[in-house]
Amino acid sequence: MTKVNADLKVTAIEQVAEDTFTLRFQSSELAGQLKPGQFINILVSERIEPLLRRPYSISNIYNDECEIMFSLLGKGTHILAEKRPGDTIGVLGPLGNTFGYEKSFGTAVIVAGGIGVAPFPYLTRVLKEKGIPTVTFLGARSTSRVVRDGLENLHIATDDGSEGFHGNVIGALAEYMQTHDVDRPMIFACGPNPMLQATQSFAHEHDILCELSLESEMACGMGICQGCPIEHHGGGRKYTLVCTDGACFDSRDIIFHEHHA
Amino acid sequence: MNTSYTLGTLRMKNRVLVASGTFGYGNEAAAYTDLSRLGGIVTKSVSWKPRQGNAPTRIAETPAGMLNSIGLANVGIDAFISEKMSFLRELDTSIVVNIAASSTDEYIDILERLEDEEGIEAYEINVSCPNVKEGGLNFGTRCDMTETITRELRRRTKRTLIIKLTPNVTYIEDFARACEAEGADAISLINTLVGMAVNIQTRRPVLSTITGGLSGPAIKPVALAKVFQSSRAVSIPVIGIGGITTWQDGIEFLLAGASAIQVGTASFRDPDAAVKIVNGMEAWCLEQGVEDMQELVGGLRIDEGVKAPGFVKAK
Ligand SMILES: Cc1cc2nc3c(=O)[nH]c(=O)nc-3n(C[C@H](O)[C@H](O)[C@H](O)COP(=O)(O)OP(=O)(O)OC[C@H]3O[C@@H](n4cnc5c(N)ncnc54)[C@H](O)[C@@H]3O)c2cc1C
Ligand SMILES: Cc1cc2nc3c(=O)[nH]c(=O)nc-3n(C[C@H](O)[C@H](O)[C@H](O)COP(=O)(O)O)c2cc1C
Ligand code: FES
Repeated sequence: MTKVNADLKVTAIEQVAEDTFTLRFQSSELAGQLKPGQFINILVSERIEPLLRRPYSISNIYNDECEIMFSLLGKGTHILAEKRPGDTIGVLGPLGNTFGYEKSFGTAVIVAGGIGVAPFPYLTRVLKEKGIPTVTFLGARSTSRVVRDGLENLHIATDDGSEGFHGNVIGALAEYMQTHDVDRPMIFACGPNPMLQATQSFAHEHDILCELSLESEMACGMGICQGCPIEHHGGGRKYTLVCTDGACFDSRDIIFHEHHA
Repeated sequence: MNTSYTLGTLRMKNRVLVASGTFGYGNEAAAYTDLSRLGGIVTKSVSWKPRQGNAPTRIAETPAGMLNSIGLANVGIDAFISEKMSFLRELDTSIVVNIAASSTDEYIDILERLEDEEGIEAYEINVSCPNVKEGGLNFGTRCDMTETITRELRRRTKRTLIIKLTPNVTYIEDFARACEAEGADAISLINTLVGMAVNIQTRRPVLSTITGGLSGPAIKPVALAKVFQSSRAVSIPVIGIGGITTWQDGIEFLLAGASAIQVGTASFRDPDAAVKIVNGMEAWCLEQGVEDMQELVGGLRIDEGVKAPGFVKAK
């Protein structure tokens, strides 16, 4: 595997929902090796402010172009949203592990909250190529923020009830799983920690295989700074690193605490 | 042009090292940069036992800087020797092992374990980590403790001994002098400055330990002043650290009095940053007709009679 650390050309930027964008950049080297669940670290600006790179999941690959999806939050995303085709961004990667999509299961159950939807268009496509069906549960604040592209069998939950299930995405998931006969499900989840924690509990109660894609503050993304610990079971060590041992984890291995909320 | 620099047993091909805790054990960033272009690698602080480190959140970005409260998470001396040294030893760059401990005896035990290991050219002693306060002691802020540690370690090694100082003291020159008096070969500074960040939404501190260590471009002016002051107080070399991000920063530190420099947080932005700094400094020296970078060390031009205010402490 060749690692990339280069200024790459932005080829497209598109608004896909309220305050939510996809951005594509060109790199045949990265496009050829990035797998669903992996991330890259983006230096949004040459200036020293903001100082650190931001990690972004790969949301899809198109020939020699890679795509990320982000929603406007703070300094980094506001700069990214101003990028135009022809501009460059600093990209470092590939980083992290991949979703366990090679494991043995019958149906992929995707659970995403907010911008946690980002890695799933790519995962959905790769699973489709392997002939594995997906059913997707998407939680959003309201209908205007729902990202639909690249997802299949979409079930939506909104906080304000403006579309689909009125309430949180775990409610929608539970209702569906109770009323449908899902063939050997495996859950893939990404979103805010309270949602991941609820997904973990649901998976454990129903004895369903489950992977969580976690977030953490990160300075380096490659196991150097020790800034991204998550408490886990086993291994003799209290913490493991989200950037190198994750960001995708078996939900049985992860211990959430209140400060994660 | 001569770029090499020798400090006792530490023989470096240039004056640029990567700082402890910001470059791991060399292997992590190897795919992103040419390690053989570095003057040296200072390894992550190693303690006797493995340390788990502090609870999350350990990192907070701040204006032109970052706070960390890693808590010296590291593999411990046994795993360092069995798992990390073989890779480091093979590298075509100098290896400086940074040691952290919570007692004088622990410093001694670690150093004595390392004495048998080949491929180590120098030790850097971290007496200054602000994120661990075992036994209520923070050695680096107590001159007598800094003295004792320096003396005890000096007696036990012929390898180059560098004491890494904290800026979180009133007169860093006192600590510099204490290290020189007890036989240190060099001092390095600065470690991080104590700082904090607040989340107004939750009304909580961002870091789990409330305060942490500030690094990055934000601390560069402070680091420059400390290097200037310390280098005027002692005749042993000073290794400058703090916010160095560009080759121009590197030159500034040499002029202020540093004999060598370390690149820290900048490697998080770009793991190739230190090599870019090496290249930039060399290109500039060629252009300026500098034959040996030693010419630049402490070469700050200051008009006669001009003193930095509050610079000299009344003895
Ligand atoms: C492995 C990994 C993958 C990621 N993938 C994506 C992705 O695909 N798309 C995406 O949009 N983001 C993703 N993120 C988060 C992303 O890295 C940035 O943190 C986010 O885009 C905000 O950056 P910013 O500079 O706009 O905000 P900042 O200026 O950093 O922060 C603005 C405010 O938001 C808060 N904040 C920062 N990050 C988060 C967060 N993650 N959750 C909640 N609050 C936060 C800060 O505390 C601050 O108050 C990922 C993070 C990780 C660790
Ligand atoms: C994440 C992080 C971890 C660090 N770990 C150590 C350490 O283990 N031992 C040590 O002596 N210094 C450690 N430091 C301090 C740096 O080596 C350096 O002194 C400091 O960051 C200032 O330089 P900079 O602004 O270039 O980063 C650490 C700094 C950071 C940011
Ligand atoms: S982000 Fe630096 S160790 Fe994980």
